[in-house]
Amino acid sequence: MDAIRVENITRAFGKGQAPAVDGVSFTVGEGELFGLIGPDGAGKTTLFRILITLLLPDAGHASVGGHDVVRDYQKIRSTVGYMPGKFSLYTDLTVEENLHFFASVFNTKVSDHYALIRDLYEQIKPFKDRRAGKLSGGMKQKLALCCALIHRPTALFLDEPTTGVDPVSRKEFWDMLGRLRAEGITILVSTPYMDEAARCDRIALIQQGRILSVDTPAGLRAGYPHPLYAVGGAPMPALLQQLAHHPQAVSSYAFGEWAHAAFTADPGAAALQGYLRDAGLAAASVQPTDATIEDCFMDLMKRN
Amino acid sequence: MSFIPWRAVRNGVNNTNTVTDMQQLALFIRKEFIHVLRDRRTLLILFGMPVMQILIFGFALSNEVKNARLVVVDHGRDLATAALIARLDASRYFEVEQVALSPPALEATFRRGEVKVAVVFPARFYEQWQHGRDVAVQVIADASDPNTATTLTQYVSAIVYDHATEQREAQALPYGLRVETRMLYNPQLEGAPNYVPGVMALVLMLVCVMMTAVSIVREKETGTLEVLLVSPFRPVLVIVAKAVPYLILSLVNVGTILVLSTTVLHVPVQGNVLLLLAESILFITTCLALGIFISVQTSSQQVAMLISLMGMLLPTILFSGFMFPIENMPVPLQVIAHAVPAKWYYIIVKAIMIKGLGIAAVWKETLVLAGMTAGWLFISVKRFNIRLA
Repeated sequence: MDAIRVENITRAFGKGQAPAVDGVSFTVGEGELFGLIGPDGAGKTTLFRILITLLLPDAGHASVGGHDVVRDYQKIRSTVGYMPGKFSLYTDLTVEENLHFFASVFNTKVSDHYALIRDLYEQIKPFKDRRAGKLSGGMKQKLALCCALIHRPTALFLDEPTTGVDPVSRKEFWDMLGRLRAEGITILVSTPYMDEAARCDRIALIQQGRILSVDTPAGLRAGYPHPLYAVGGAPMPALLQQLAHHPQAVSSYAFGEWAHAAFTADPGAAALQGYLRDAGLAAASVQPTDATIEDCFMDLMKRN
Repeated sequence: MSFIPWRAVRNGVNNTNTVTDMQQLALFIRKEFIHVLRDRRTLLILFGMPVMQILIFGFALSNEVKNARLVVVDHGRDLATAALIARLDASRYFEVEQVALSPPALEATFRRGEVKVAVVFPARFYEQWQHGRDVAVQVIADASDPNTATTLTQYVSAIVYDHATEQREAQALPYGLRVETRMLYNPQLEGAPNYVPGVMALVLMLVCVMMTAVSIVREKETGTLEVLLVSPFRPVLVIVAKAVPYLILSLVNVGTILVLSTTVLHVPVQGNVLLLLAESILFITTCLALGIFISVQTSSQQVAMLISLMGMLLPTILFSGFMFPIENMPVPLQVIAHAVPAKWYYIIVKAIMIKGLGIAAVWKETLVLAGMTAGWLFISVKRFNIRLA
């Protein structure tokens, strides 16, 4: 049985507005770490809120753990863990008080499932008497995750858990998600960071309320349809301009110090280098590269 | 503040694996108390306000006039005028000053606002008095402030009249007409007995409506309500848990007001204190229901606060009858006044506290208040959204 089923879910806010979520369908298998990848405003949070029963869909069906999100909302609420994008614990309660409070809200005790959160909680335990509002961003996220896990949910919904968190904490956070997955907990996580997508079992790319593609990260990258080159060593604006003027150019985007240029047919590294040299960019270095998730996203976005 | 051990969770559940509903509620209520107790500003408002209001209304804002300057223009200069002037001077309402002023000079002093009231005795006052003729004492007051003028002239008239009556009796004159006025329940016409019930209504309205509304809306604003909703916790219990701490804190406030009223303002509870407390709990519940209703309808703390102040506090001041008598209002406003819960509570408190009456005298008002409470509670709970939109 699928842990999460989404069928043609649509939801708009206000009449005449473009729907925030538009005919979305996908399924998440039991114990899967599933990523919902898309930019801000793509409809990730709306979709999350429909799945955790906080919003009603205008059309379509969805179920979590076999329970319908509209009809059986109470069953879903007592079995899932939810961590909203915004830090949503009590800032005037201490770390420990927050944890105990949320345990009691879920009819459980901190000690019942402590093993599940031990690794995570040990890291913030030195600050257990500190008010939650005075924690650093990374520690807040760890506490929020502890609170969302305290009742050992069967499915965990994390809405942009790493937004605004430093790189080290982000890495630790994803390590933790890997361990939870090993515990058999189904995880649906949304993020605007493409680099995090690679750590998911499968990902759905979402843009303007629509799913562009659902695949494994490797499958998605393998399915990239164009020859792709990484070009560097020259000033980026000039580089991008010249690459865009190439007769076989499909797209060219800057990725840090490198430009990723896609072509309809493989121009060959040497020929491309020659083309750039003729354009006055003799210093440019060219090498074939594999598509990243971001390349795939850009490509899918362009085609839709 | 130190960490509060959650003993109820740790020790209370040895044989079962889950926390009972009551324990859950108890923990939730404890959490609400922590919110209140850790917020210094809220605490100050919560407990400082009733004290401030009682003191302000009891002492500063009073329509009693004390120590007003009274100018006496005595053309008689005889025994009778001296006795009357002494009597006026002895009263705590006036500071008497004797001056020989011509009428234009007297008017000039009024124009300059130096004096509020003047008493003019005619020449040959005693003589005419002794001969049983009509003798007039002129009282002139600055009526640019009509309330003060009325009050002052009444004081003067009363003193003069008293004096005249005494003299007549002393001389055993067989005739004379007496008007005997008795001000019931509040013979000195003091302000405090009127203000204390009003302040009680005001403080409870403010604390319960505003604080409850704001505390629920705060959970909406910070997103904690979102997390609470995605849990097995019943949404109705969220409301109950929010309301209980404010009910208790409000009762503390009622206690503070009653103690202050008895000790500082010398306005004790004439009737049954328990009945008064029971009626107060009823009114507090009404206010909590209104607060919950506001919180259900709004999504930001500012809006909730504004609605509480404009929509609840203002009508309470205007229409409860404690500032402005409802009987003098045009009919449409009287109808509005009927819808203001504080009006009914004010009547009840006045009856129990000042007149010393029992439930037999206020059962109708109690019923109205109970009906309002039930209605608002029903609407609020019905409209409490178990989802976000």
